[in-house]
Amino acid sequence: MSAADAAIASATQVVSRGYWATVGRRLLRDPVTVTCVAILLLILLAAIFAPYLGLADPYRGSMIRRLRPIGTAGYPFGTDELGRDMLARLIYGGRLSLFVGILPVINAFVIGSIFGIVAGYVGGRINMAIMRTVDVFFAFPSVLLAIAISGALGAGILNSLVSLTIVFIPPITRVAESVTTSVRNLDFVDAARASGAGNFTIIRVHILGNVLGPIFVYATSLISVSMILASGLSFLGLGTKPPEPEWGLMLNTLRTAIYINPWVAALPGAMIFVVSICFNLMSDGLRSAMDVRR
Amino acid sequence: MLLYILRRVLYMLPVALAVSVVCFLLVHIAPGDPLVSVLPPDASQQLQDQMRKEYGFDRPLPVQFAIWIGKAVQGDLGKSIATGRTVTSEVTKAVGNTFILAVVATCIGFILGSFFGFVAGYFRDSWIDKAATTIAIAGVSVPHYWLGMVLVIVFSVWLGVLPAVGAGPGGSADWAWDWAHIQHLILPATTMAVIPMGIVTRTVRALVGDILSQEFVDALRAKGLTHGGVFLHVVKNAAPTSLAVMGVQLGYLLGGSILIETVFSWPGTGFLLNAAIFQRDLPLLQGTILVLALFFVGLNLVVDVVQTALDPRIKRT
Repeated sequence: MSAADAAIASATQVVSRGYWATVGRRLLRDPVTVTCVAILLLILLAAIFAPYLGLADPYRGSMIRRLRPIGTAGYPFGTDELGRDMLARLIYGGRLSLFVGILPVINAFVIGSIFGIVAGYVGGRINMAIMRTVDVFFAFPSVLLAIAISGALGAGILNSLVSLTIVFIPPITRVAESVTTSVRNLDFVDAARASGAGNFTIIRVHILGNVLGPIFVYATSLISVSMILASGLSFLGLGTKPPEPEWGLMLNTLRTAIYINPWVAALPGAMIFVVSICFNLMSDGLRSAMDVRR
Repeated sequence: MLLYILRRVLYMLPVALAVSVVCFLLVHIAPGDPLVSVLPPDASQQLQDQMRKEYGFDRPLPVQFAIWIGKAVQGDLGKSIATGRTVTSEVTKAVGNTFILAVVATCIGFILGSFFGFVAGYFRDSWIDKAATTIAIAGVSVPHYWLGMVLVIVFSVWLGVLPAVGAGPGGSADWAWDWAHIQHLILPATTMAVIPMGIVTRTVRALVGDILSQEFVDALRAKGLTHGGVFLHVVKNAAPTSLAVMGVQLGYLLGGSILIETVFSWPGTGFLLNAAIFQRDLPLLQGTILVLALFFVGLNLVVDVVQTALDPRIKRT
């Protein structure tokens, strides 16, 4: 075998790497995305395994050690307005905050994708009906819609999950519809139909594989907004109820303490900020890694 | 052009109607009796029926909607259950205050955002671009209610140079353009400006990069145009889309001001919504949301028309 043949053989090996392997390799080479994913995993794992980390009880307060500053011995992040350990509350707070921030986007991803793919694939009257309904929800600014639904339903975790899911279904449906419409008109779909594939098979094999990626990337970009909105609802008193640790609610109850111990009061918001910016950067990284044209 | 505007208005009507249906239904997805907050717990059945009749809650839903929308068109949004004043008067007062805040914030955000966006787009992949992009991402990721608190900590608690809450001296809700009032506006408007700043920066950066890569820019340079001359062409091409983004952002700020207004006790629509939600004042909630949503629909229409008027490349269909 000549050197040229060997070169050709190795070249085909490089090319034969699959799409997702290429995406994964690109992601690993992107330091910003890797850092963000690491930070998010750290916060998520700490929240999940909080009971095993040897932290103080996040619910037990003490009147004699209220609002200690950051760096107090035994309380590295100080204590809150009821004397509870801030470090424990910030880590435990991740449980509810991440849950209420991420779950609506997952729900909306599933529901919105179904609506959008059906609308895009079937077209005609069904498309009209779904997309015009979506347009109505686009007529509300997202914060207003979330607060209107939450406000009407009343405070509570379940209600804020419902209202945020409703807020995110329309934008995901719109993206899913436009992607599906463009894929449906491609030649390979016609080829599949000509070879006798039914609608269900075409959607499952040919449409889903091509549309889920872009919809997923779009959905990840919404998590940051969802985190801010979910904590915002708690901040207004529409989400979790005290004494549950949740970043938005903690920010609300510590608001009166800004004259005594400002930096402890600002900590929960810093957590929301870090998580939200990491999700945004991760989403950007994912988008450029999946863009094969580059 | 006139025909185009007319057609756009006609398209808007069904959306506006559907928006009103959603606002109307909000009260009816609410759990419990809407009258529960005004009636004493031991109210007699007779009193309950009488109140129900007075507010029209005894009729079928479509009839209630027809009556409600008929009155709303004439500017009558019913009476606030908590205060007894008309919803229209409460909302008009609050909308004015929110409008001042949102317009000032949009202007600050647009000016800063266009500046960062242009610089970043012009010097792609330089350190300036990276700095501007970082500011933009921070701007869209920051929980603005928290940023508001941090600004209060720095400028009110530490430095003591700006007031932390309210819209005027002594908690007055009447606005005037003098320093006593403007100093109350600085912190909330700056906080609010951060989101449009981030979004405008991203938009303008992408637009400028896109325009600079087009062939006509090379032609302009080949023609011997200076940097300033090319810059003017770029501005002209980027303006319609940037202005449209700014218009939509103004709408988002008007509707989404509740968190910032709560942080700064700003007497606007957000503050009104907050009160309506926690006093279970459903007519007030319904009315405020309807006004804000219809305003947003109208604003989108204006943005579309202005963009089409400015940019001849957009087809008037």
